[in-house]
Amino acid sequence: MGVISNGTTLLDAGALDSGVATGAMVLLSTATASSSATIDFTSGIDSTYKEYIFKFISIHNATDAADFQFQVDTGSNTSYNQTITSSGFAAYNQEDDSARSVATHSGSAVLHQETGFQDLGRSLGNDNDQSLSGQLHLYEPSSATFVKHFIGVINEYANNDGTNQRFVAGYVNTTTAITRIRFKMDSGNIDSGTIKMYGIK
Amino acid sequence: MAIISNAVTIADAGAFSASLGSQVLIKTITVSSAAGTVSFVNGASSVVLNNTYPLYLFKFINIHPSADDGGLAVNFSVDTGSNYNVAKTSTNFESYHNEAGDDVATNYSPSGDLAQGTGVQHLTGISSKMGYDNDQSASGELFLFNPSSTTFVKHFISEFTQSDYRNYTWRRNVSGYCNTTSAVDAAQFSMTSGNIDSGIFKLYGIKDS
Repeated sequence: MGVISNGTTLLDAGALDSGVATGAMVLLSTATASSSATIDFTSGIDSTYKEYIFKFISIHNATDAADFQFQVDTGSNTSYNQTITSSGFAAYNQEDDSARSVATHSGSAVLHQETGFQDLGRSLGNDNDQSLSGQLHLYEPSSATFVKHFIGVINEYANNDGTNQRFVAGYVNTTTAITRIRFKMDSGNIDSGTIKMYGIK
Repeated sequence: MAIISNAVTIADAGAFSASLGSQVLIKTITVSSAAGTVSFVNGASSVVLNNTYPLYLFKFINIHPSADDGGLAVNFSVDTGSNYNVAKTSTNFESYHNEAGDDVATNYSPSGDLAQGTGVQHLTGISSKMGYDNDQSASGELFLFNPSSTTFVKHFISEFTQSDYRNYTWRRNVSGYCNTTSAVDAAQFSMTSGNIDSGIFKLYGIKDS
């Protein structure tokens, strides 16, 4: 049964009509960490959306100075070892005003045709009130033509009692569709926090 | 009464079951005459800034100052706007380019950050004082994460582009945390000099489910 108002179809066939404005940002999945070694999103990443956004809300690490990371994989694979080239930089400032600057990432913070996990946050504090929040954009993961670009922006409460705004961007150097993503700490568990996956229409 | 179409429940119990999108416009404040401050206070004037959403997003559209020597700033409150003085530690950096094409750089902005400071957090301005020619303004956005948490500090991330009084374009990235485990329930925006002459402020909630 359809619902028609003033000659306009609002819903029919079990769905809102495509002409009804519903907003372009659709929540697809929520994962809540509880002493989790990894958080994986293994479904919902496909050709439905050209852009996916992962929101990180109060991610808390169990181990002090841990790095928050991600990797992706194709098909039903579980190796999470795709080739990535990335760049990054961070602005930082200490609570005691002892150090502040902008620094370019180097070394293990960025990848150059490497298959390891990409850092999003680094040297995170694990005091009870310390955490990380931010977001990661993944563009057209289903493309069979292009590499898969990503952009991450994070604010973190570092283990040296300062704030870091961290910018990471790069591409997964594959033309195979990306279908899954894994988040983890490089050391210890994700003690708590929420990760949400949205599709952008 | 439920609305069911093709055996799918579209709406029931006073709410839609079908997805209506995850970004919900909560409040728009349009400044059309000089205002000293613009405030979003939970529970006042239809503003929601509590545990309804895990993430809030402020959008700023063509914020125009009344003075030629200031910038837009924010502060937060944990007592529904009685005091805007939450301790914050933040970073602030900028990139700029002038219309003449002979000055370009990216720098950390030490005068725009806070180290446990309780004063306002600069979002624009500082070395890049906002221009107040009729066609000059600033636009951008500010994310506030998990403001209702009573466990964690409250992270914020902002990004702006602005024109300044010397005819430069500036991009400014500011982020940090409100170093409190009390719930943040209000945000207030102001100019560091003069008034907000005009502009649109929007508050969105990003849905939890």
